[in-house]
Amino acid sequence: MTGQGVAFAVLAAITIISALLVVTIKNIVRSALFLALSFVGVAGLYILLNAEFLAAVQVLIYVGAITVLMLFAIMLTQQIMSAKISQTTEWFWLALPMALAMLATLIFFFAMRTYPVNPAPDALAVGTTMPLAEALLKPYLLPFELASFILLAALVGAIVIAREEKPGATD
Amino acid sequence: MDSGFIITVAKMVGVAAVILTFILIVVMYPMIYGLRRVMAFMQSRIGPNRVGPQGLLQTPADALKLLHKEDIIPRGADRWIFTIAPILVFVPAYLVYVVIPFGKDLVASDLNIGIVYVSAVTSIAIIGIVMAGWASNNKWSLLGAFRAAAQLVSYEVPLVLAFCVPIVLAGTLSLQSIVIEQAGDVRNWFVFRAWGLGALAFGIYLAAGLAEANLTPFDIMEAESELVAGFNVEYSGMKFALFFLAEFAAAFTLSALAVTLFFGGWQAPFSFLAYPVFGIKVPETLTLLGRTVPFAAWTEHAVQFAWFFGKSLAMVFALIWVRATLPRVRVDQLMNLAWKVLIPIGLVNLVLAGFYVALK
Repeated sequence: MTGQGVAFAVLAAITIISALLVVTIKNIVRSALFLALSFVGVAGLYILLNAEFLAAVQVLIYVGAITVLMLFAIMLTQQIMSAKISQTTEWFWLALPMALAMLATLIFFFAMRTYPVNPAPDALAVGTTMPLAEALLKPYLLPFELASFILLAALVGAIVIAREEKPGATD
Repeated sequence: MDSGFIITVAKMVGVAAVILTFILIVVMYPMIYGLRRVMAFMQSRIGPNRVGPQGLLQTPADALKLLHKEDIIPRGADRWIFTIAPILVFVPAYLVYVVIPFGKDLVASDLNIGIVYVSAVTSIAIIGIVMAGWASNNKWSLLGAFRAAAQLVSYEVPLVLAFCVPIVLAGTLSLQSIVIEQAGDVRNWFVFRAWGLGALAFGIYLAAGLAEANLTPFDIMEAESELVAGFNVEYSGMKFALFFLAEFAAAFTLSALAVTLFFGGWQAPFSFLAYPVFGIKVPETLTLLGRTVPFAAWTEHAVQFAWFFGKSLAMVFALIWVRATLPRVRVDQLMNLAWKVLIPIGLVNLVLAGFYVALK
């Protein structure tokens, strides 16, 4: 087993185990923290794939911002932090085989063909940022702009919902 | 598994330990000493200027005190998270030094995504602070953690917008290439370029950076007079020391990044002050203890390191000055400053910088 293989196994284990803990653990703050760990594992997998820009952005956005906002929201919700919350309902026993069936299907179809694994020649030195920017701003400009437009709409929507309606307020 | 891999990893860990010790002794000790001493002069405090010759022993004395203090974990605390939190704050603060260029060849790893790496790594510390505040199971620390989350996430935006201006001007994300783009003399530093857009970006960087590094006008997450001590109130001994070492490291990082992005990094302000200084030539090689060493190259490194370090320390001095002088802002003022002042100015500044580059 090569160093890369060991690194992949460790990162995959971190990602999967912490993802499982996110949906099973009873303490919701710990659950959010394991989510952050899972994101870090995914970032590590990106680095293994020589996508270092994506990895850095993954940590920056998902760990540094989204998880923090989740923790912030959890902490502002009364009576939820220390409580032991059951994450499952009575439908759990139906949902579990469905999820497993889905997993089996995915594994089956991904295992049907072998994907080419070409060790890129030290992409960390060459860099994937420039090609990424070229791709986003040239052939994929329309989807890129559409995505930012949707995000903008979501942002405006969140502000409209969060804004308190004051009776008699003029602005 | 091949044994070469294990040896490589062991070597890397060893090098990391050596570098960390080096940073702690050579960078952190003088900085903490200077920081406390200057602040003591400014605020008429006694200790840091009197203990030992010139106050040199105050910091070792404090370190010894912190080492032998009892390591307290409060009864209601979440033990695991309480223990991991200081590490999660400490480690990212030092990981940043991987990409900071101390000289032309003095950079641990010149990642081509250098500046993105810096933002990503420093953003991990926010989680540590929130964890510390929550796990303490104390309402003051929790309030500190709330404030930390709100403040750090908000100020990350203007900070990154300020980063973007030197990136756009230099056309690269690598810190080393950004420094090389500022070669020449003082007029080529980004802070003086692009019709003052660089200076404006530096101003935004300074304001947002002070907030990110949790320095005084913006240190509401550990406002002593309101929150006892904020997120770290329940911590004692070395865990508490880790938070403080991380904070000092963050202050130095803030200065080092400002120097790298806006003040020419390791470049001398005037070409006659760069190696060879005043044209004084040193012998190319020198025989030392029976070994031939590249003396000229070493001198060049030393000169570059001295410029980088000198500029960074001047910047740290300015930060301490701000920290020791200005009163703390209120929570609402802090949020308004980020969202209503810094972010709009930063966005306009970035667009103008884009036009500058496009029209040039």
